[in-house]
Amino acid sequence: MDYQKEIETRGHLSNRSTDQLINFLLQLADNSLIIGHRNSEWCGHGPVLEQDIALTNIALDQIGQARYLYQYISRLVNDQPARLPFAFSQETVTEDTLAYFRDTRQFYNCLLAEQPNGDWAQTILRQFLFSAFQYPLYVALQKSNDRELAAIAEKAAKEVAYHLRWSGEWVIRLGDGTEESHQRLMHAFDELWMYTGELFQPTVSETEMTKEGVAADLEAIKRQWSEKVESVFAEANLPLSHARNDADMVFQKGGKVGKHSEHLGFILAEMQFVQRAYPGCEW
Amino acid sequence: MIAQNIDKKTVLTWLEEVMDPEVPVLSVVDLGIVRDIKIINEDLELVITPTYSGCPAMDMITAQIRMAMAGRGFKSVKITQTLQPAWTTDWMSEAGRNKLKAYGIAPPQPKQTVCEPDLFQKEEAIQCPHCGSWHTRRLSEFGSTACKALYQCQDCQEPFDYFKCH
Repeated sequence: MDYQKEIETRGHLSNRSTDQLINFLLQLADNSLIIGHRNSEWCGHGPVLEQDIALTNIALDQIGQARYLYQYISRLVNDQPARLPFAFSQETVTEDTLAYFRDTRQFYNCLLAEQPNGDWAQTILRQFLFSAFQYPLYVALQKSNDRELAAIAEKAAKEVAYHLRWSGEWVIRLGDGTEESHQRLMHAFDELWMYTGELFQPTVSETEMTKEGVAADLEAIKRQWSEKVESVFAEANLPLSHARNDADMVFQKGGKVGKHSEHLGFILAEMQFVQRAYPGCEW
Repeated sequence: MIAQNIDKKTVLTWLEEVMDPEVPVLSVVDLGIVRDIKIINEDLELVITPTYSGCPAMDMITAQIRMAMAGRGFKSVKITQTLQPAWTTDWMSEAGRNKLKAYGIAPPQPKQTVCEPDLFQKEEAIQCPHCGSWHTRRLSEFGSTACKALYQCQDCQEPFDYFKCH
């Protein structure tokens, strides 16, 4: 988008709000990058070729979405009086420096995205729980009054629709499959459900950006997410009592404000190693 | 040729020679990713739009467009990307669709079949680009590139790519 137009469309945002916008964009971008990286770990290890290719395609979509968001963040930081929400070690802010030179506390992805792949059931369920969140979110963000974000969301929503359909069908296939596949999915559920609460607890930047008409109301997203998850779980023969017992459930949180599980450090160690060892190298 | 004498139509014919590296029968014009051509004095400005978010061909396409425009008489060539409005397979030209089919890739269906998240939908009827049969089945909705799904014809048994709607 034309840079001048960008300034015009966001003219109503104060400097402080632009800082919150960056914070919110980092949440979106980091979610996509980290779960995309997790999925890329399956490359060459999928159970059958078609599914290996499917997960790799999904990873590619997600990392592509992250790139657009990081590029947008970079333009905001470099061209306007907007700041990253932390002291950054790098002189220039680019999509690459944002991906390769931040430490765990400077990543704002949800905890769900960074959970280990585990077995196929765990990867599938993680993707389903995440896509069921990301799909209504991007659909809603198409109406964001930040036009660049709306454009990214329009493209992403089409792609995430495929992710949601693919992962949802797999949840049903596993849950309603053999005794073993059902057990594995139940296990995956026990591993992952505690990380879903955080998705719908708004951060300061989400609250503020929702007020500005930039972000989406998480209450509405949660309703759509719950509806989808409940209908798929019912078809997959997963006991819904599990999912409904939220009052007794202790949900983990912190990822969205930079407090992560130990897993993120290991992801970054692998993802960032080459750029840390040979800064700026290209091949 | 001096830049003043070059019109947009000429630039368009040059762009028709720039092929998608993943689908080498489709030009960037067929794909519908060229959104604007501006000739200002002796400078050329092209606006292109990416297809899929993660499409690795976009960087190469940009480089190829730059190559194709080099030595044509412009003082400078600027290529910018715009995300809005978002690219859709509806922008693929009729000629492009026919070229895809001749190449063995089933062209995208009309817009109403864009992916919806509902599960286990009735499969789209996709025509086999080899024998023309409609008796085909989907092997995987993710294929060799981000833009394709994998199908197989039940009549001639040939597997084929389907350029899925976006």
